[in-house]
Amino acid sequence: MHAPEPTTPSARARDHLRVVICGSVDDGKSTLIGRLLAETNSVPDDQLAGLKVLSQRYGTTGEDLDYALLLDGLENEREQGITIDVAYRYFATSRRAFVIADTPGHEQYTRNMVTGASNAEVAVLLVDVRAGLTAQTRRHARIVSLLGIRDVVLVVNKMDLAGFAQAAFAKVADDFRRFAAGLGFRAVEIIPAAARYGDNVAAASGRLGWYGGPSLLGYLETVEPGGAEAAKPLRIAVQSVTRADDFRGYAGIVARGEVVRGEEIAVARTGQRTRITALLGAAGETARAREGDAVTVVVADHTDIGRGDVLADPEAQPERADQFAAHVVWMDEAPLLRGRTYVMKIGTQSIPVAVTAIKHKIEIESGLAKAAATLEMNDIGFCNLATSVPVSFDPYEQNRFMGGFILIDRTTAATAGAGMIAFGLRRAHNVKEQHFAVDKNARAHMKGQKPCILWFTGLSGAGKSTVMNLVEQRLMRAGMHTYVLDGDNVRRRLNRDLGFTDADRVENIRRVGEVARLMVDAGLIVLCAFISPFREERTMVRELVEAGEFIEIFVDAPLSLCMQRDPKGLYAKARQGLATHVTGIDSAYEPPLHPEIRLDTSTLSPERSAQAVLDELLRRGIIAHT
Amino acid sequence: MPLAALTATRDSRLSAHLSRLEAEAIYVLREAAATAARPVMLYSIGKDSSVLLHLARKAFHPGRIPFPLMHIDTTWKFREMIAFRDAAAKEYGFELLVHINRDGIARGIDPIRSGPLYTRVMKTEALKDALTRHDFDAAIGGARRDEEASRAKERVFSVRAPGHAWDPRRQRPELWKLYNTQLAAGETMRVFPLSNWTELDVWDYIEAEDIPVVPLYFAAPRPVVRRSGMLIMVDDERLPLEAGETPQIVSVRFRSLGCYPLTAAVPSEARTLGDIVRELRATRSSERAGRLIDADETSSMERKKREGYF
Ligand SMILES: Nc1nc2c(ncn2[C@@H]2O[C@H](COP(=O)(O)OP(=O)(O)O)[C@@H](O)[C@H]2O)c(=O)[nH]1
Repeated sequence: MHAPEPTTPSARARDHLRVVICGSVDDGKSTLIGRLLAETNSVPDDQLAGLKVLSQRYGTTGEDLDYALLLDGLENEREQGITIDVAYRYFATSRRAFVIADTPGHEQYTRNMVTGASNAEVAVLLVDVRAGLTAQTRRHARIVSLLGIRDVVLVVNKMDLAGFAQAAFAKVADDFRRFAAGLGFRAVEIIPAAARYGDNVAAASGRLGWYGGPSLLGYLETVEPGGAEAAKPLRIAVQSVTRADDFRGYAGIVARGEVVRGEEIAVARTGQRTRITALLGAAGETARAREGDAVTVVVADHTDIGRGDVLADPEAQPERADQFAAHVVWMDEAPLLRGRTYVMKIGTQSIPVAVTAIKHKIEIESGLAKAAATLEMNDIGFCNLATSVPVSFDPYEQNRFMGGFILIDRTTAATAGAGMIAFGLRRAHNVKEQHFAVDKNARAHMKGQKPCILWFTGLSGAGKSTVMNLVEQRLMRAGMHTYVLDGDNVRRRLNRDLGFTDADRVENIRRVGEVARLMVDAGLIVLCAFISPFREERTMVRELVEAGEFIEIFVDAPLSLCMQRDPKGLYAKARQGLATHVTGIDSAYEPPLHPEIRLDTSTLSPERSAQAVLDELLRRGIIAHT
Repeated sequence: MPLAALTATRDSRLSAHLSRLEAEAIYVLREAAATAARPVMLYSIGKDSSVLLHLARKAFHPGRIPFPLMHIDTTWKFREMIAFRDAAAKEYGFELLVHINRDGIARGIDPIRSGPLYTRVMKTEALKDALTRHDFDAAIGGARRDEEASRAKERVFSVRAPGHAWDPRRQRPELWKLYNTQLAAGETMRVFPLSNWTELDVWDYIEAEDIPVVPLYFAAPRPVVRRSGMLIMVDDERLPLEAGETPQIVSVRFRSLGCYPLTAAVPSEARTLGDIVRELRATRSSERAGRLIDADETSSMERKKREGYF
């Protein structure tokens, strides 16, 4: 069909760099990026011709080309009020290909900055020489630092407006060096520039003769991000199992280190060790593969490996924990709810998780910690999280792939937050994996609640069902897992052999109690509404579960009021002699002596009553939020 | 697929840059296949599709590609494209679904007289129908962010609301390599493994990996007519010739392939992949400049102005 030819050596040697560029509005970010694209010949001729026309009509730059107009797509959306977020731009020189994450500067766009920075190796921060360091600059620098970028370049722009004076530059540069000293950067480069005129963008500028350093492009072409790093123990994140005739391999990505055929690896989840017998890279069989490569691994022994597993250096395995501390950046309009379950995606693992505590919120401009009850969109907090099963991870600082995660809202499927694991709080040893009990605590933990029985007792017409239904709705809305047991669903099936004699009433309650106990064991909040007139039978249920798990709610109203309400027509029937064993009429009701909650429905509205129940549940730590 | 097919190029001729793009695309393909209930790959027969297919074979090697390929056929594609498609399906043994909007054909909709309606009915509607009919929840496509300014923000995993509408507000931030593949009820996903590739990357890769592409990408003497500055190839007798128009034989090639009456050729002598890459580095007009339908449909700067943008 066609004969492949040797191409230019430049394309073969080309390396790859991911850069995030951040600046406040009007610092000249669009102009700078437009210039980089144009001066590396990355703008097609037809677009460049169009730019001439546009610059004349709409440009802010007089006779000159307004390079900012090259990035028009984004601006248009800003006008339309569409969420502004990260745009990706591409350009290349003979040495390197660049992916630029272009992030908007406003403070409400923390989430976009975080997104743009998450994959970047180098950050370019832009300031206007006249304004110097602003709150925005500090904000950008802190986010870049938090996201683990260690190579940072500050472009001091609009030098033309400061007469290209060294003194003006030196002041901004000093300020930045002092500020950045605490942010853990490996290298900080500071470059004076005038983006609009191209000074120090791609080529050195004659007007900045006193400056001896590289232009921005010169810097980006030569920077070696990361520098000399410590040991890089192997991590392969398994994505799927590849099967063919007599082939079984594990397809994944080398997240860290180097994988070598013939070497031993461990499955982080189980600690099981095996040997790599064959290794497929993107180009077929290979002896070794490096960080970032897509591989398929074949192992010697029959081993339990699947999606979500991490294959690791046996002598330096990742941590395993089901509780850890992490920085969380909130990205959803609905605030982060403590105790609510989200899906955590970390590497190729997807696991239910709840935030158990928000230790503090970080004020990003000052870096100071502040108390917080929730995290709103664009907030950054330091939180404790708990998963239902242990997770294999490395601290984010050591490994972005193994320590970065997203939180997914289970209802809307939106990406609600992102996080960076700082450290594990409770180590789970993989050898003990088999003993990890799926018990009541584990189940309840996953649901972000403490299981219990809410036992509503009181006369017919006192308001048990009304209040109980309201309570259930509120719990549901707060993301709790509940179930209702009442006369309707129990009498019709499970207890249809029972009548209303005293003995049958006791047996009815005993069975309800046993079912409720099973449901508590399943981690649920069980709501029961039964007249349950006898103290003894209520005590019997109380004793079926652990202390604190039975919450007796006395729905109290005078008999006269209940008879007046008579929602089921029961009292009317009794009066006409059509019903016997009616509690309060011809059968006794023994009011609770020490109920956990007493609701006087002759004075409280159903809503107020429900609120009182929820308040008590909060106080008792049954639920963490409403 | 024989292992040899993949090992032929194994002494990797890829630059660090292309290796990284390749690994990233394979990772994305595997994520899509592992998490979608019913994934499909949209196969448009162009160079991007050829690259995507090549990557999919690598991603699941030595297993089979775990999803079907689907071509939305408008019946106005170049004949060489259809021949290439059928030969590729035979050679690589993937499952190929061809979907044609029969209703549109019955309504007599064609690219010459129907204007923008053509694209809407024969491509957009046809695609939505096909996805719905087969219940596909993830459609993998070869679109790239560098194709046009408005795509610069597109996600790698892009959510579509029920009815396949794209709602910018519902698009999810994408951090690290963590793609959120969860869907709410009725939602579907588009997946773009080549998001971070440029046109030049695609050709560099095709060359390095020796990937077969439709011969229309290479210059050859072809019958064309000149219309409003564009060279349109007379691929079959359905193209009505205007008064005084006679096809001329010119050495041309195509940078992007679509429906032949809507796709302009460029004069070129580039007969090999090396020629194409050199030509691209030298000429630098945008890839889509030759697509009549784009000039028509994507909002040009002018139009934005008219709509009151500036
Ligand atoms: N004098 C001067 N003006 C500049 C320079 N760089 C950008 N500008 C102007 O500053 C304004 C804002 O630039 P723009 O790139 O749109 O800023 P952005 O909001 O950060 O993207 C425009 O009028 C630019 O022409 C520079 O180096 N010197």
